[in-house]
Amino acid sequence: MVVGNAESMKSDLLSSLSIRWIKLKTKQQEVLIRVSILCLVYILAFISRLFSVLRYESMIHEFDPYFNYRTTLFLTQKGFYEFWNWFDSESWYPLGRIIGGTLYPGLMVTAALLYWSLRFLRFAVHIREVCVLTAPFFASNTTLVAYFFGKEIWDSGAGLVAAALIAICPGYISRSVAGSYDNEGVAIFALLLTFYLFVRAVNTGSLAWALASAFGYFYMVSAWGGYVFIINLIPLYVLVLLLTGRYSMRLYVAYNSMYVLGMLLAMQIRFVGFQHVQSGEHMAAMGVFFLMQVFYLLDWVKHLLSDTKLFQAFLRVTVTCAVGVGVIALGVGTASGYISPWTGRFYSLLDPTYAKDHIPIIASVSEHQPTAWSSFMFDFHILLFLFPAGLYFCFKRLSDATIFIVMYGLTSMYFAGVMVRLILVATPAVCLISAIAVSATIKNLTYLLRTKRKVSQTGSTEGINGAKASSKALLDRSQPFQKNSAIALLFGAFYLLSKYATHCNWVTSEAYSSPSIVLAARGAHGDRVIFDDYREAYFWLRQNTPQDAKVMSWWDYGYQITAMGNRTVIVDNNTWNNTHIATVGRAMSSYEDEAYEIMRSLDVDYVLVVFGGVTGYSSDDINKFLWMVRIGGGVFPVIKEPHYLVNGEYRVDKGASPKMLNCLMYKLSYYRFGELMTEYGKPPGYDRARGVEIGNKDVKLEYLEEAFTTSNWIVRIYKVKPPNNRW
Amino acid sequence: MAKVSIFKAVITLLLPLVCLSFSPEEPTDRRILVLVDDFSLKSSHSIFFNSLRSRGFLLDIKLAEDPALSLQRYGQYLYDALVLFSPSTDRFGGSLDLAAVLDFVDSGHDLIIAVDASASDLIKNIATECGVDFDEDPSTVVVDHGSYAVSESDGDHTLIVSNDFIRSDVMLGETEIQAPVLFEGIAHSLNAENSLVLKVLSASPSAYSADPSSKLSSPPTLIGSAISLVSVVQARNNARIMVTGSLAMFSNRLFRSGVQKAGSPNKYPKSGNEQFVTELSKWVFHERGHLKAVNVTHHKVGETDEPLSYRINDDLDFSVEIYEWSGKSWEPYVANDVQVQFYMMSPYVLKSLSTDQKGLYHASFKVPDVYGVFQFKVEYHKLGYTSISLSKQIPVRPFRHNEYERFITTAFPYYGASFTTMAGFFIFSFVYLYQK
Repeated sequence: MVVGNAESMKSDLLSSLSIRWIKLKTKQQEVLIRVSILCLVYILAFISRLFSVLRYESMIHEFDPYFNYRTTLFLTQKGFYEFWNWFDSESWYPLGRIIGGTLYPGLMVTAALLYWSLRFLRFAVHIREVCVLTAPFFASNTTLVAYFFGKEIWDSGAGLVAAALIAICPGYISRSVAGSYDNEGVAIFALLLTFYLFVRAVNTGSLAWALASAFGYFYMVSAWGGYVFIINLIPLYVLVLLLTGRYSMRLYVAYNSMYVLGMLLAMQIRFVGFQHVQSGEHMAAMGVFFLMQVFYLLDWVKHLLSDTKLFQAFLRVTVTCAVGVGVIALGVGTASGYISPWTGRFYSLLDPTYAKDHIPIIASVSEHQPTAWSSFMFDFHILLFLFPAGLYFCFKRLSDATIFIVMYGLTSMYFAGVMVRLILVATPAVCLISAIAVSATIKNLTYLLRTKRKVSQTGSTEGINGAKASSKALLDRSQPFQKNSAIALLFGAFYLLSKYATHCNWVTSEAYSSPSIVLAARGAHGDRVIFDDYREAYFWLRQNTPQDAKVMSWWDYGYQITAMGNRTVIVDNNTWNNTHIATVGRAMSSYEDEAYEIMRSLDVDYVLVVFGGVTGYSSDDINKFLWMVRIGGGVFPVIKEPHYLVNGEYRVDKGASPKMLNCLMYKLSYYRFGELMTEYGKPPGYDRARGVEIGNKDVKLEYLEEAFTTSNWIVRIYKVKPPNNRW
Repeated sequence: MAKVSIFKAVITLLLPLVCLSFSPEEPTDRRILVLVDDFSLKSSHSIFFNSLRSRGFLLDIKLAEDPALSLQRYGQYLYDALVLFSPSTDRFGGSLDLAAVLDFVDSGHDLIIAVDASASDLIKNIATECGVDFDEDPSTVVVDHGSYAVSESDGDHTLIVSNDFIRSDVMLGETEIQAPVLFEGIAHSLNAENSLVLKVLSASPSAYSADPSSKLSSPPTLIGSAISLVSVVQARNNARIMVTGSLAMFSNRLFRSGVQKAGSPNKYPKSGNEQFVTELSKWVFHERGHLKAVNVTHHKVGETDEPLSYRINDDLDFSVEIYEWSGKSWEPYVANDVQVQFYMMSPYVLKSLSTDQKGLYHASFKVPDVYGVFQFKVEYHKLGYTSISLSKQIPVRPFRHNEYERFITTAFPYYGASFTTMAGFFIFSFVYLYQK
């Protein structure tokens, strides 16, 4: 009875549901489908970033995220004011670092808020879990923004495609997998949100949207230094609109309120401070702001003056005066030092070769290298081909919004070519523009198919817009193959999109989900070998060294040592003091006795080097060594790069230069390595990372002693001996 | 109960032993191991040994070849000082060797090395490790035709006199040594790379190191005042080492003999050896010249607790107590040249400490306008005294956000401007909205 009753109820429910479904109007159905697609995309964006958690464990990745994690922990434990005023004496010894004033707090505050609200809702989560999942969560939110953005610049179809594309685009996933707790994780969301709100403000001319956009900008400023891109792209966009004669009241309201409010809000971030009025990078925005006022004035005068000739003269005088005043103000400001000149980082963005010649510390970072073609292909896949097609569609239907996305796409593509890591900034633009291409193409094709059917069935349908009329015109010159070719093209498009999906999935699981603090390799029998040496070494430091021990290492490992080893470091990944880093570089590239003097002057107790000769791990300190020489030599000219090279060649075997074979870094890396058999059939002391037999197998240390070497020799820690007792 | 009483008994038996040893609280040595080549030295150098015994030292005189020789047992040193009166030994007995002697010194114990013309390579090597290089030619001795001791048998001028002492009351005592010191033995020089070794007694400019029995065929390698007769080293851990090329200097014969320097009318009934050797041994065995610094404190002016960090421009008080060991008790050390540094890679503040004559040194100064991890450093290295190097780390932070002045007088025009703008905007809106 009961079962039957339940069944009857079920069928009732089903029938009523199906009846409702049928009853739904087309528009409602469309909304339902759209919402469910968005939900699926939202979930997809989140779960496809969880590979790293499943493969390894819920852990923080790489280098910078460890600093972010440490600061977030501090924030949640000690509260916002302590965080804001935090002077960290454990890094950059002995200079220290004012952490509260030299970071973008957006990420930490976001994670802490998430943490606190989860705690408030009685979810007993650990702050690490929150940090690990922050980036995927914001990636999901980005898909929503992408949908609305796409809807704003094209239509909701393009929005849906954009959301789907950006959800799995490798260029974005590379910086937002679970565990990659870095500024970029939330910043891309903030960037896209700001752009969307601004475009919306320009389209509507609404003060409310402009205000929202200013707040989006504020969030972006608080989260990432990449906000400079926004504050330069938007003025550029406005300038282009002005030059193309698209000046309007909407634009005036949107830009002015966004700029003024955004600037005032951004000044509240300690790290940014007065840069908006004092630094060369932000002057374009201010110039355009004044230009807007000149335009407004001109518009008003034009409205008052009926005489066009008089107006032309007035125009000439005003524009000359305005430009003249602007140039003089800029000149005086720069000369008096009130406006700081462009920074090296900014120059290196405009000129890819600048950093290599002038700022080795920027050029030494692998993610600051110019992008190779292969990584474009790797990160964008078919989007690379869809991007020009999308640009074509945008140009075909030029509006304020499409001009914006075109400019965003083109500028960010240029920057992506300059620096590998800026592919990330280009990704949303590429996804949006490609989505326009995909959506417009598929729409045209399906429309072709459907109208034909409709023509054969009902004869005619009421026209909605001009596009229909044009397709009708197209229909008139239709050929017999058109339907078939449309079907073929549709299948082609779906094939490409499915290939894109497989590619993204593969890239995410194979390339972008490695935490890089735990290394994985394939063993001789195809099994997975895990090298957990980093954590082993940091744990050793934490357990076996005095609380106030100072550890010297190359700056890459600074954040990890302070976060995991809880020990004071000399330099870390916040490369704010080039001289200090150069001092460490000099110590590493000097002979042991000279290095000892430097280490004594910095009160160094332990030296940590990363060595891949046993495991074949290639991003170790020996391979980074030339950068230490270059950076050290940039400040201390006694260090000269040619001393470490032989005929311009960098080598560690018998043919290496004598200075190379006896410098501190070489000695620390290869100490006792000459006795070790690394590979069958090779002599002892065979370096697997470089594939050579080392040149100095008999390394003797006088001023340091080996303290700890991890099980795979990846991290080696040495203790600095006290000075000789009797000398 | 029985167990407890046995334990107590063991403790009471052990306690004097523990107390006797050298400790930071009682820095004077107690137990001294003397190694000799043969026991005849016991009688020939008895004055020296007896003076040590009378000062309370426990002497353990052993043959250098003694197979039971050992400086430590179960990781504990059995002696506080080592006297090597065994110049010709080329191998110690037992577990003692070059490295063991150096380890002994490096763990803070004192050493006296005295050799003569028969010095073995082993002993020379120990001296070399302490920064003292004996003349490599084994046949040489110090010869001085200028300032030799006048004696009946006017021999080869190898018994020389010297009164070229180091000027340090801490090392040689406050009473001036009137009579010159007799010296008979080999020359050594100081290693220029060693910054810790000091000449206590140097030879006269006319001295040289050569074989007196043969004619000089080439110029001697060591000449004049480059020759050191007695040298000392105070190691970084305050272990003290004395090296001399004359074992005879400690002998009863030279202690008692009268002395007259050639060409000088002054004739002393007794040589300066006894006074010199005794006073220097007091220094070597830490009866004198041992400082300790305790109770390093610092706090903000007007407070008493030591803070975890300072803020820039804070005013602070720094104080340290320095005491000197008199051989029996800690006496206040009085000097006006003790300085404190407030140091971060270089001293930002360098200030002399004022003393209250009771051992308390004090200074107050302003923290510089620089943030970072600073150190209070007291680096006191004075000739003859054990060196004091203290450092205490303290971070200096910048102002917090709410530690700046809330309102600045010079900015009042701007405050005024902001508020008038607000008021003006309000009035303007009101007029604009409601005017007819």
